[in-house]
Amino acid sequence: MAHVTGDWNPLGQVFYRKQEIYTLGWRDIDLDKFVVAAAPYGGPVALIRDETKLVRVQGSIRPVIYIYTSSGREISSIRWNSGHVIHLGWSCSEELLCVQEDGSVLVYDIFGQFKRTFSMGTEAKEMKVRDCRIFNSHQGTGLAVMTSSYRIFMVNNVDEPRIRRMADVPGLDAPPSSWVVISQDRQSRVLLARENDLYLLDHGGQYSRQLAPVSQQVEAYTEMAVSFNNKYLALFTNTGLLWIGSSDLERAYCEFDTKCPQRPKQLAWCGTGAIVGYWENILLMVGPGKDYVKYNVDSTVHLVPELDGLRILSNYSHEFLHKVPSVVECVFKIGSIEPGAMLYEASREFQNGSPKADEYIRMIQDRLTVAVDQCIQAAGCEHEPTTQRMLLRAASFGKCFLSDMNPEPFVRMCRTLRVLNSVRDFTIGIPLSCAQLEQLSMPVLIDRLVLRRQYPLAIRVCQYLKMPEAEGVSRILAHWACYKVQQTHVDDELIARSINEKLRDTPGISYSEIAAKAAECGRTELAIRLLEYEPKSAEQVPLLMKMGRDQLALAKAVDSGDTDLVYTVVMHLKEKLTLGDFLMTIRNLPTAQSLYLQYCKEQNREMLQDLYYQEDNFQESANCRVMDSYNETRMDERLRNLQQAQEAYTKARNEFAAKVTEEQVRLLKYQMRLEEELKRPYLDLSLHDTISQLTTEGNHKLAEQLRKEFKVPDKRFWWLKIQALAEGSDWAELDRFAKSKKSPIGYEPFIDVCLKHQNR
Amino acid sequence: MAASHLSGGRVNLAILREAARKELLECLDKCDGTKAVVWDEQLTGPFGLIAEYSLLKEHEVDKMFQLRPGRLPAANVNNIIFLCRPKLALMEIVAQNILKEEETGGSRKEFHIFFVPRKSLLCEQKLKELGVYGTFSNVDEYTLDLIPFDSDLLSMEIDSTFRDCYLEDDMTSMYYAAKSLMSVQALYGIIPTICGKGDCARHVADMMLRMRRELAGTEPQITPQIDCLLLLDRTVDLMTPLPTQLTYEGLIDEIFGINNTSVKLPPEKFASAKQQTGGPQEMPTEPKKLVLNSAEELYAEARDRNFHAIGPLLSRKAKLISAQFEERHGAKTVGEIKQFVSRLPHMQAAKISLANHTTIAEMIKEVTDSDHFMESLTVQQEFLNGIDTDKVNPYIEDCIARKEPIIKILRLVCIQSVANNGLKQKALDYYKREILQTYGYEHLITLNNLERAGLLTLQKQRTYPTTRKTLRLMVDDVSEQNPNDISYVFSGYAPLSVRLAQFLARPGWRSIEEVLRILPGPTFEEAQRIPVGLRKKRTSVGGGSESPKVTLVYFLGGVTYAEIAALRFLSQQEDSASDYIIATTKIINGHTWLEGLMDTLCPAPFPDTSTTSKSKGRG
Repeated sequence: MAHVTGDWNPLGQVFYRKQEIYTLGWRDIDLDKFVVAAAPYGGPVALIRDETKLVRVQGSIRPVIYIYTSSGREISSIRWNSGHVIHLGWSCSEELLCVQEDGSVLVYDIFGQFKRTFSMGTEAKEMKVRDCRIFNSHQGTGLAVMTSSYRIFMVNNVDEPRIRRMADVPGLDAPPSSWVVISQDRQSRVLLARENDLYLLDHGGQYSRQLAPVSQQVEAYTEMAVSFNNKYLALFTNTGLLWIGSSDLERAYCEFDTKCPQRPKQLAWCGTGAIVGYWENILLMVGPGKDYVKYNVDSTVHLVPELDGLRILSNYSHEFLHKVPSVVECVFKIGSIEPGAMLYEASREFQNGSPKADEYIRMIQDRLTVAVDQCIQAAGCEHEPTTQRMLLRAASFGKCFLSDMNPEPFVRMCRTLRVLNSVRDFTIGIPLSCAQLEQLSMPVLIDRLVLRRQYPLAIRVCQYLKMPEAEGVSRILAHWACYKVQQTHVDDELIARSINEKLRDTPGISYSEIAAKAAECGRTELAIRLLEYEPKSAEQVPLLMKMGRDQLALAKAVDSGDTDLVYTVVMHLKEKLTLGDFLMTIRNLPTAQSLYLQYCKEQNREMLQDLYYQEDNFQESANCRVMDSYNETRMDERLRNLQQAQEAYTKARNEFAAKVTEEQVRLLKYQMRLEEELKRPYLDLSLHDTISQLTTEGNHKLAEQLRKEFKVPDKRFWWLKIQALAEGSDWAELDRFAKSKKSPIGYEPFIDVCLKHQNR
Repeated sequence: MAASHLSGGRVNLAILREAARKELLECLDKCDGTKAVVWDEQLTGPFGLIAEYSLLKEHEVDKMFQLRPGRLPAANVNNIIFLCRPKLALMEIVAQNILKEEETGGSRKEFHIFFVPRKSLLCEQKLKELGVYGTFSNVDEYTLDLIPFDSDLLSMEIDSTFRDCYLEDDMTSMYYAAKSLMSVQALYGIIPTICGKGDCARHVADMMLRMRRELAGTEPQITPQIDCLLLLDRTVDLMTPLPTQLTYEGLIDEIFGINNTSVKLPPEKFASAKQQTGGPQEMPTEPKKLVLNSAEELYAEARDRNFHAIGPLLSRKAKLISAQFEERHGAKTVGEIKQFVSRLPHMQAAKISLANHTTIAEMIKEVTDSDHFMESLTVQQEFLNGIDTDKVNPYIEDCIARKEPIIKILRLVCIQSVANNGLKQKALDYYKREILQTYGYEHLITLNNLERAGLLTLQKQRTYPTTRKTLRLMVDDVSEQNPNDISYVFSGYAPLSVRLAQFLARPGWRSIEEVLRILPGPTFEEAQRIPVGLRKKRTSVGGGSESPKVTLVYFLGGVTYAEIAALRFLSQQEDSASDYIIATTKIINGHTWLEGLMDTLCPAPFPDTSTTSKSKGRG
């Protein structure tokens, strides 16, 4: 094995290295003849034929957009039959943005499926777009277009396009020498060069002319590049001067004379530490300390800036140029006496069975923790699994000598590397570095796998990382199922079954989401079938209602026991159906019906009567009439209600209730007569109280009449009379009553009332 | 208010209170700035047990109002928060409040409404109809379901459960019950076994299992602290709430009414008590309010005893306390005196507590010694024993003739009907007629309701004697002082519901299958799967010293203090098979229960008569 430092190149104090990560799988692709758009974070690559170059056209003259993985495997191709594409780019959620001359932006997914479109405004449409930049804004992916009138329009987020017009540059009547978008402090501004004047434009309509940062006299800034993090800027002048400084132009790091006035084909930052210019056959890397490295390239290349380096795509290979991380330098730099380096040596000697291992360990005994840590970190920075393994073995060896080492970082690094190595695999083709993954985060990586329909790998990653099922496996399976239902050529039954087979045991699956997707694709039957599997009724019901399956929705709502959900459907049905249909529908479900009755009891008494009538529920209907009678403010209405109640009770075969209702009607009429005759209120007293009051008032004859009419039992009448007489202090009558005949209740009550009313 | 009395049991219920408090504060913090809270009156009691005013004040609650029709009192606050149950009638009041408030203008206020315990579509729609829905900045819910009353007692305090479920077929409260059990499981782990008896119980268990499926994969990983859940319908045991409870706490509830663990007592009796302690000699006019829970040592000991055992207990305590006070003469050295003084606050508290309970016991004794109480009790005992349940009872007849309170009559008649599995047509009609003629025709609906609820029915097959015999509901040789059976709570009658719990724990329901078939509704037992890692480890070390399992008994439709006392009695037995936690939809007694089933109709005033205006409503 060649020494690790073999491909290191010093750039000032630090080293850079260029490593091949893939031998590209594409064949017969000459990058020279294509416009290339590669997504950052090891994303997909889109190619479209460069129309400025003459080639022999075979077949259709319609251009084709090819989409490849970073390893050069073709994912899909789009036969272009829309307008003239002037720019291709990727959004941060890996959607392909195709910017047309007329200012419309067409969005595709990586499988070449059209997703949506938006326009950059009427002015862009009329004036035609001549140039475009895609950038990372604080809100997502931004897009800026320049029209042929040299006006710039920008959106900050392609997912929610809101077009902003940038300030005009005074006197700009020819194409600007160069321009870039700088997105900083939650604002995106355009830096534009008109010959040797620099302007900073913002969307508030303001522009400011910037002082020339370059110390020498120049005629024009012909190229500029902003670093990945938007903090640094590089300018290239027509004199061949390369200026490196901060993106606000406040600080200059260096000016480097390339001695080549020709504009570079591409100017790109390698991480944040160096700028790389690409001319025919040459790559020139310049550091902030005026140091430089030159690489020769033998074919056309395309540069893809990353957060921690620069990817170089050529016809045959895919390379990664980046600064050697300091921790790797510590371990591998020749002659390094850092603890990490010692531990690495010790581990190697140990494997060779050499006692030198012990010597090395002794040397770093007190710094062993640092050593282990360095080895773990260095492993993360290595692309080659063999090197990773050596480093991890060294770390693990070092750990043996430590009793209180936290095993967490080691385990975590092993896990991360395992995931990284598997996604870097040629078949997947996502060449992420550890630093990039950290920025991107694991859930996003899983999303990207899902996006590539790498469901099995995504699931295995989740399981391996022990992610909670709800946010890991279940989510992926749901995506898979959503993808599955879109396969319109497969039979409903088959899909439903295969989805259920896979998803059955997985908790936290939202079948309703899948069903919604199916409904979206117009597959209602499939949606309903899928909804059967949804455990959450609250999710089932709205969707069923939306699809017009109200009966089913109602049944599901009833099953759930959630009465509010039942009401939701019932009220929806009531609005939708005619009254008759509505009543028939809820009739089939007693729960729904009784809930509706409950509602009517409070809100709609008339409807209540109708419902009871429909159901032949005479008992309740009568009860309802009785209650209503008490709310009537007119006597005839009240009597009418009671008579209706009586009829209903008879129909309900409740003879007792019918009888007492009839008696009540009689009593009320009696009481009315009494009121008229005696000019005292009697209405609504009970029979007992009426007799009692009559007795107290001395109307014994009338009381007796009532007693006979309503057949009051003897015993009760005696109690009543005794108490009423005592109440009225009619002691003479009480005496007479006591002697009238033998008391059926004995004579104790007589004594009791006397005692109570203090008549000893 | 300290919550220490909640954490004393096998399962720490203070956690539940803590969770409820947190959620309440989260709700309040959703509204920025100063707040006025408008309370649904029914909620103030339960909320008092969750959060005290000072805590609300810390969260910028400046004013508190009762929800009443008309205008809100003036308040200079940024937010007005309505906290109310999802009842349509309340929505009208809320809307009125808001419209009036907006009329007045003044400083701009934000309105919020929190439904307790759940949002309801109907209410939201009603608010929309009334044209105020848009004015709310927040329409949300505050999920207060089970409120901890004591270290072993939880209640949802929903009044109308029994009526809703059995008269109106509205199972909303059962849904709440299932939800409340889900919150319990979220805090204390999945309950491995669910047993139950009755239609509602089955319904709640089904919903629970369903909700667990819905939660799939996201349930908290906690080792179960509760081993078994027993769901009991009130319809399974209609009898127990009817007879007069004879435990101390039960009698306080029967006579004075306990609401959310506090009781209001007539103040006159306490004036003298104050005099004794040397307090100011003023006659208080406000009712005396006492909080009754296990935080008070004496009450914890006394509440579940038969009232006959209270006198001896109080006198023993009195002797003990006076002996403690006597110790001060024995204290010689400074150290001893210091020790004595340090115990003083505790002793003072014990003394006041003793004085209070002596007074309460005296008041109760006045009632229990009266002839009508004794007579009524005798009749109840006769019915429970199945004596003369077939014919019209002369005592009831007399009571009606004397026009004694209707609920008393209804309680007795219902006991007779339940003990006899319904009355003969003649007797039933006779009673009903007597009641209607005496108390008025307006009680017809109430009688119909009682019939539907199965409390006052026509005779069916007589099964009650079998039930009574198999479950030993009547025990002759019961000791009220040193009880050896739960029947002490009614001096002879053992609550059926608690017998079921007792049989479930030992020897198991299989032994009483026959009775379970007689009792209404399905019997069921469900097992919930628990992940292996969370299963209780069998403490094999030291074998045999395993603590008994914990059973949560959930009474759907209400529970009485007597039943609570009986379950506590079971927990306290040395060889008890289970410790019990009790949950319910509402704590009831015969009076409040029947009141809830009544439809009191009041005639609307005629324009031409001078009858006083009353509005329709139910008790």
